[in-house]
Amino acid sequence: MKVLMTEYLRLDLDAEQWECRVCNHVIGTAHKGYKEGMLVYDRDPRDIHPPILAPEKYRYTFSPDPEWVRILEYYCANCGTQVETEYVPPGHPPLHDMQPDLPALRAQWASRPEVLEVSVGPAVIQRADDHKH
Amino acid sequence: MNDISIKVPDQAIRPEEAALIKKFLEDTTLFLAPDPEIMNKHDLMERSEQEDISINKQNDAHTIAKIRDRLQSGCDEGYEMVEQMGAAPGAKWGDVITGVYSASGDLAIASAGGVLLFSALVHHPIKFIIKNWINEPTVGVRDGDGFIHNDSRYGNVHNTDQSMILPIFHEGNLICWVAATVHEGENGAIEPGGMPSMAESPSDEGLKMSPFKVVENYQIKRDLLTFLQNSVREPKLQYEDMKVKLYGCLRIKQRIEDVLKTDGPDALIATLRLTMENVRTEVKRRISEWPDMTVRTFIVQDSTLRENCIAKINCQLTKKGDRLIFDFRGSAPEFTNRPTNTVLAGLKGMLSQLVMCYIWPDLPRGQAAFAPIEVITDPFSIVNSSYNAPNSQSLMSIFTGFTAGQHAVAKFLYSCPEKYTKVHAPSFNMINTFIWGGVSQHGETLGNLCADLNGMGGGARVDMDGEPGLQPIFATMADIGEQELNEEDVPFLQLVSKKMTRDAIAPGKYRGGQGYTMIVATKDSEEWGFMTTAQGAKVPPLQGLFGGYACGTYPLSKVKGVDVYDVLLNEPGKFKHSIEEIMNDQSFDGATYTTHHMGMGFEISNRGELFMISQGAGAGYGDLLERDPALIVKDLEEELISHAVAERLYKVKIAPDTLIVDHQATRTLRDNERKDRLSRGIPYAEFIKSWNKPKPPAHLPFFGCWGDDTETLYMGTPDKTRHANESMPNYMRHPKDVRIEELENRLAAAGALMDEKR
Repeated sequence: MKVLMTEYLRLDLDAEQWECRVCNHVIGTAHKGYKEGMLVYDRDPRDIHPPILAPEKYRYTFSPDPEWVRILEYYCANCGTQVETEYVPPGHPPLHDMQPDLPALRAQWASRPEVLEVSVGPAVIQRADDHKH
Repeated sequence: MNDISIKVPDQAIRPEEAALIKKFLEDTTLFLAPDPEIMNKHDLMERSEQEDISINKQNDAHTIAKIRDRLQSGCDEGYEMVEQMGAAPGAKWGDVITGVYSASGDLAIASAGGVLLFSALVHHPIKFIIKNWINEPTVGVRDGDGFIHNDSRYGNVHNTDQSMILPIFHEGNLICWVAATVHEGENGAIEPGGMPSMAESPSDEGLKMSPFKVVENYQIKRDLLTFLQNSVREPKLQYEDMKVKLYGCLRIKQRIEDVLKTDGPDALIATLRLTMENVRTEVKRRISEWPDMTVRTFIVQDSTLRENCIAKINCQLTKKGDRLIFDFRGSAPEFTNRPTNTVLAGLKGMLSQLVMCYIWPDLPRGQAAFAPIEVITDPFSIVNSSYNAPNSQSLMSIFTGFTAGQHAVAKFLYSCPEKYTKVHAPSFNMINTFIWGGVSQHGETLGNLCADLNGMGGGARVDMDGEPGLQPIFATMADIGEQELNEEDVPFLQLVSKKMTRDAIAPGKYRGGQGYTMIVATKDSEEWGFMTTAQGAKVPPLQGLFGGYACGTYPLSKVKGVDVYDVLLNEPGKFKHSIEEIMNDQSFDGATYTTHHMGMGFEISNRGELFMISQGAGAGYGDLLERDPALIVKDLEEELISHAVAERLYKVKIAPDTLIVDHQATRTLRDNERKDRLSRGIPYAEFIKSWNKPKPPAHLPFFGCWGDDTETLYMGTPDKTRHANESMPNYMRHPKDVRIEELENRLAAAGALMDEKR
């Protein structure tokens, strides 16, 4: 049984492994965080959130302060998909963000059919009499 | 030393002695402070004997559903009345809730719209009234009474919210309560508008109304009203909205009486109780469908609104069986003299908002939806502050606490086969708006805010972009108001309003909903000013989801030494409609241009000076290399992003003139970027060897836990810590003292202090 855990991560409950949903690469054991099987890049936040105000003139520019926060980007080591990001103060240890209880998940999914395409949830249906601008 | 034999008397207390001690303590209580027994509990009260009797008499599901719908309509009707008639901007734009409470004080049915976080908050003052005033001979609770309340230490989020609470009797028996709560704004605090960021103690926060009787025989007591009017800057608003809330409650009472006539008291009591019990049971069932897992996250607050620092909101969310446990231990210690702390109930209220708006919006609104969910915090922390800590800006902590919860919950919901909402990235969470006050063009003293706080950008969703300027995270169906109507009452214009701030983005496969620009300038008053109370000018207050990015940061910009109305009259070409152009071009002669964090204390503004801010974007979802180029073209057409930033970030090739996508070039650019990731990314084990540091860096004023050790809380420097369970003062110095010291040191270093006597 395999469970789709995030946009890019799948758990193989039998092999107890994290897998990449994009390239099917086995990331690593599910007894540890998936991040441990990833490539990490320390991103300067100004690359992603560019200054709107001239940095040479102003202290605050709409761009995060790179001495106060960094973006850790986690890539699948096989296909390069960006599986997760993490905004952290410099030097802060990455979080073990998803720690599943594997026996409990196996028991839960024993009575469920495997899901190959995740349900996106209910759509908001616009009615004819809805307020419009 | 001699041994002295002392006979220790038997310590056991006989029951009659215990009763005597209890009576003595009750008779001689000097002060009815907030009651931890009430304030720390958010679960439902035990089913009462009367509720048991009523449920035995009436438990037909169809009858219960019919009565629940009638009461729901009554609550919505009361809500509409308060919204339509209320004088406070908060009332007009939906920062309201009305509800019916059980005789024990639980909120059974709440209005469907408005500020649902009140659902977990407004029951506390009713329970205080039940516990302390019913049998108190000098107070009592009778038919026709009404109680007012605003002190957040006795319930509610912050002291700007005022409640009107009415007991409902039937044939002499108290059968339920009704209440209306409104974000009133002005409350006589040290700054106008009711949410002072300058408050350094609870004494700076204005009115402190523990629940007290202000209505008898359905009439507002004029003596108390006059006192309250004298205690705030908007005496007319105080009276008007007390009346509005009273009449909103009376309308709900009328609907309850209709039910009593048609179905009797047992049906009413059974409906209130069974509604709550059924919702609670359903919530437990739905939780059990989630994966058993622990998810960890944190959100950074980058200021106290007085100075920049890092205050961490740490969150570990665990689901086990049908239990869901939010664990906020490790969050920043409370600030002794800064108002960004929240009482525990405030945090729970915002988490209940998460449950009712973003996870299970189909459930009946009320206290029960959050009742079975557990919350753990450290004492004396920024998310569970003590009686003596100011909390007038508790929004900072409850909103970042909400975001931590929202971020964590998404990682549970993704794999659930049945979903009640779409999985989505965190919404923007800061009240980027102008709070204002002073004397209006009509000579009235005012203090309140622009409803643009309701225009937070929505988070990106699993299959679509986030909605720009969507809604406040603390309310559903709230509006951002009509600026033109506002300008009839206040002496300033929003010269730029609701124009999306270009390039202030949260990229991803689906991008976050963007925020819009607000540029204000005072026009017709010499006694008018603004304040802003938000975090996130230095560090984003969000996290992205599944590879998406958070928003950027949002500062305050000011242009002084200009009268923009003269410019508009004489040289209109010099005025530009974006912060970017005004600040970077600096085209006003002789003006000064400055940027600041978003914690601006109340500041008097001169005619025509510009104050400029932007609402924020919700977070992005997924890998930005997967973003459909057609969506990027749409962003370009809507001027949400500039061409250069779009091409650089999303690795697309789009012709600037025609906006035609070169798909082949785009594919190549994206393939190359994936290859670049593989070459620049470092294997985790190797990365953390050089990345991980045992303590916060010396240059960061960091508050909270660092890494996995949640028992050690840092307090501003790497060398000052406290244990998570212990209380320790956490004073911040006055920012002007800090600045003066910096400048004096520079003068001293330059030898310019000369022989100044010290």
